[in-house]
Amino acid sequence: MSAVTHHIPDAMLAAYAAGTLPHAFAVVVASHVSLCDHCRVALAAHQTVGGVVLEDSDAVPVSSSLKDNLFAQLDAPFVPEPVYDRSGIYPGPVMEALKGRALKWKTLGMGVRQDILTEDAHGSVRLLYIPPGQAVPDHGHNGLEMTLVLQGSFSDETGRFGVGDVEIADEDLEHTPIADAGDPCICLAATDARLRFNAFLPRILQPIFRI
Amino acid sequence: MPPECIGYSDQTHWMIAIRDHQDREAFAKLFDYFAPRLKGFIMKSGIGAAQAEEIVQDVMLTVWRKAAQFDPHRAQVSAWIYQITRNRQIDITRKESRPVPEELKEDPGSEADASQVVGLEQEAGLLRQALANLKPEQREIIEKAYLGELTHQEISAETGLPLGTIKSRIRLGMERLRHELKDLKQ
Ligand SMILES: [Zn+2]
Repeated sequence: MSAVTHHIPDAMLAAYAAGTLPHAFAVVVASHVSLCDHCRVALAAHQTVGGVVLEDSDAVPVSSSLKDNLFAQLDAPFVPEPVYDRSGIYPGPVMEALKGRALKWKTLGMGVRQDILTEDAHGSVRLLYIPPGQAVPDHGHNGLEMTLVLQGSFSDETGRFGVGDVEIADEDLEHTPIADAGDPCICLAATDARLRFNAFLPRILQPIFRI
Repeated sequence: MPPECIGYSDQTHWMIAIRDHQDREAFAKLFDYFAPRLKGFIMKSGIGAAQAEEIVQDVMLTVWRKAAQFDPHRAQVSAWIYQITRNRQIDITRKESRPVPEELKEDPGSEADASQVVGLEQEAGLLRQALANLKPEQREIIEKAYLGELTHQEISAETGLPLGTIKSRIRLGMERLRHELKDLKQ
């Protein structure tokens, strides 16, 4: 298997560390970092900068009761947050987004399927299943899109994207990703805009498929 | 102090004592050092004093409870607390939990490597120095970015920060950890 060659840009990792990245993209970043040591290191570097900013912040005295309240809670029982492990090709953050449910593939035609993980006003994140030779639904032209390959690979005008690779595209990028021969391509795809898979479905059908 | 920890910063000492021995005295010292800075940090993003204290309490309790995850070979105490703090602030302000990467697991056989820990602290010190030497307006942009006041589009990829050296040090620290990805690829 080839190594990851398409990574998360630094500005996006910094925004992820600071928490300003919309949730849909944060799922993709957390998934990529789970698969990519290069970006895990880069993220840790940004956290170090954040730590310096924190440590150099002007100290503001805290009220005397704060420490007492805190220490009174140290022995209190608590339920640890659930930890989501990888399952097959799906990294922990995808399993977290699934919240324990099974995959529910919905067909989009031409053998292409999707499962929407989360969707809100700020964007959506979904799994896409694309048979070899089929086009990856066009989720651009309307904002920013991030596509992380979990199985198989796809290629477009900008290169080839294999497992762990992430393609980031904005409305300026005209591209037609096609799933390569071999295993069906499964991707985690996020967008910050309501999707228009215009190469795929007439606009009138979009509300039905929620794309 | 155990001889292998000579050269560690106070903060790292305290955090290791908390992690390995649930040491309350060390936790009190860590609190005295970080709580006022945390409060100042949180209030910089426009949050009032009372709510900032609630977040401080919450963050410090998380530090206590998640101490087992602290690994000084690849993260400074301040970096680790920074991420916990930002995550909590997002949980509270956006009412959504933040997706986090899978944790790397420590190789059961791996022993503490003091030179790596000290090396990381030195690199972080250099980074801090570099930040201090920035022009005030540059420094302000960095602060805004890491306080969560800039979108990723607004964060210039070129921050002028020498992140390369700290990255190579963190990479060294990570080599002690089990690579599930590597396992997968075999
Ligand atoms: Zn990467």
